[in-house]
Amino acid sequence: MSRRLAHSPAGETAIAVQDLTFAWPGGAPVLDIPELHIARNEKVFVEGPSGSGKSTLLGLIGGVLTPARGKVMLLGQNLGALSAAGRDRFRAEHLGIVFQMFNLLPYLSLIDNVILPCRFSLRRREAALAATGTLTGEARRLLAHLGLKDEALLRRPVTQLSVGQQQRVAAARALIGGPEILIADEPTSALDARAQGRFLELLIEECERAQSALVFVSHDTALSRFFTRTIALPEVNRAAQAPEEEGA
Amino acid sequence: MNRFFFLPLAARSLMNRRVTALLTLFAIALSVMLFLGVEKIRLGAKESFDNTISGTDLIVGARSGSVNLLLYSVFRIGDATNNITWESYRAFAEHPDTAWTVPISLGDSHRGFRVMGTTGAYFEHYQYGQRRPLEFGEGAPFEDVFDAVLGAEVASRLGYELGDAITLSHGIGETSFANHENKPFRVAGILKRTGTPVDSTVHVPLEGIEAIHLGWESGARSPLAALYTPERVRQMELQPAEITAFFMGLKSRIAALKVQREINQYKSEPLQAVIPGVALSQLWRVVSVAETALTSIAAFVVFTGLLGMLTAIMTSLNERRREMAILRSVGARPWMIFALLMSEAALLALAGALCGIAAIYTALTAARSFIEAQLGIFLGALQPGLYDLYLILAVVGAALLLGLFPALRAYRNSLADGLTVRV
Repeated sequence: MSRRLAHSPAGETAIAVQDLTFAWPGGAPVLDIPELHIARNEKVFVEGPSGSGKSTLLGLIGGVLTPARGKVMLLGQNLGALSAAGRDRFRAEHLGIVFQMFNLLPYLSLIDNVILPCRFSLRRREAALAATGTLTGEARRLLAHLGLKDEALLRRPVTQLSVGQQQRVAAARALIGGPEILIADEPTSALDARAQGRFLELLIEECERAQSALVFVSHDTALSRFFTRTIALPEVNRAAQAPEEEGA
Repeated sequence: MNRFFFLPLAARSLMNRRVTALLTLFAIALSVMLFLGVEKIRLGAKESFDNTISGTDLIVGARSGSVNLLLYSVFRIGDATNNITWESYRAFAEHPDTAWTVPISLGDSHRGFRVMGTTGAYFEHYQYGQRRPLEFGEGAPFEDVFDAVLGAEVASRLGYELGDAITLSHGIGETSFANHENKPFRVAGILKRTGTPVDSTVHVPLEGIEAIHLGWESGARSPLAALYTPERVRQMELQPAEITAFFMGLKSRIAALKVQREINQYKSEPLQAVIPGVALSQLWRVVSVAETALTSIAAFVVFTGLLGMLTAIMTSLNERRREMAILRSVGARPWMIFALLMSEAALLALAGALCGIAAIYTALTAARSFIEAQLGIFLGALQPGLYDLYLILAVVGAALLLGLFPALRAYRNSLADGLTVRV
């Protein structure tokens, strides 16, 4: 398996980026990616220090940013061809996203946090219902797979969970309804090494089960061993010469 | 997808910030309470004011101003500029259109309360409120020249009971050095509370007023006064030469204007007749400036309550950028973030208004008898009505208008932040 490769091996394409450039209004380009392919069955590690354009790339794939030039294709759909509303809907239906930390809405119960995407996407709602019969049941199933099955724990306010537990709840939320693409933005940076490994194993296992492509973004190159492929963003992004461009 | 998903989300988000939310709600509820309380009391006060006197068709006194005549004859405020002669009074008492008349004579006092000389007809004909007659709590109208009937407030404040002796003072100061102590009056009756100036009045017979002033013709006590002992006075003819004013009931209300004109054009003496309702509304117009001021202050308090809500939502926005990013990441559209914040403002205002309305009606119902008895303000029917619905709509509408600020800001934030979580 070759590392630091911008091209994906054969297989159905999950994400395809072509001649993509992005600049904040009035600024120099912060992202310039000639080509990037990620297949449906891939678990990709996107590595890059802060300032290498990770958040911008995430925004472009998530459809909340629009490129200055070039296109972002998700599952064969050109995001540029969609309206802002269409991109929001596309994200709700096909993307699961896990953030660095504090992923959960403090005012929703643990289970409600997991089924939140089903409020925004009919497709994911139906997929979840088809899988287990009830949304709650599907949430419990995913949580159990991710190692959260203690009833007392499930009833706890989400603010009382450990960071590791919170991240697993967030993973369950990203996975519910089987979105084709799962994007994780430094989800393990607040975890210790053992918890990181455990979390990654569970996450990758669940993505395999759901047949979702996993794009895992992190600056911690040590984690790349869990993945089938590593993309070094500074190498792919031609605009990443000057770091500190986004103050993230 | 449920289009109104943001309502439960907004409610739960508010619950999560329950201390701030409850304080905000409390502020809105309190301001709505104040507004509605002021409004109810204002209406009640106006109603009670209009009801100070009823069933009387004309009030007649010496020619001055109609408001002045009303003030001294009904509200016991100020003084008559002049008295009217007994002859003029009799002339109209025997007028063919007249059903009844009640003469009154003012000018003396008892420990700060006004003394009014009148006849037994007063207790029969004087009415207040929705034509409610005066009722006796204890005792009966006066029979003797030196009997007195006290208003409820006089009796309760000074602790008088039936049979107590009271001394009247000449003039209307709180402390008078010219007392009619050689002719004390006996408390013969105590009226039930009316919430009108009647409560603060000491009623004595016209003859009693006449009797205590025998020997006082110069305006102060002369040595002669001592000669008029109560026993001697009772044997005398005590027809007063003058009275202050009189109330008049007509056989037909339609005659009121005609009789009024006749009185105003009376040749022998300058008289003035006023129709109580007309004079009351003239007087109310004077008071209504304060009334408007009160209502505007109350409205500003509601606005302040809503501003507090605006502040609370605005300050919460920064710490909630993460919440917005999470919602965006699971597919929420920017307009939903907008709607979420608008519904928060609406929910707070609605809950606040409802609590405020419920609280003020409960409070007014509980305090009703106290308010009626102590302030003389009759509150009328205390059921929430259309007015309250409009009030709720106005409060929620204003909240939505103010809610535009945080909602637009959150909308712009969520567009700018996208999926990046900024703290």
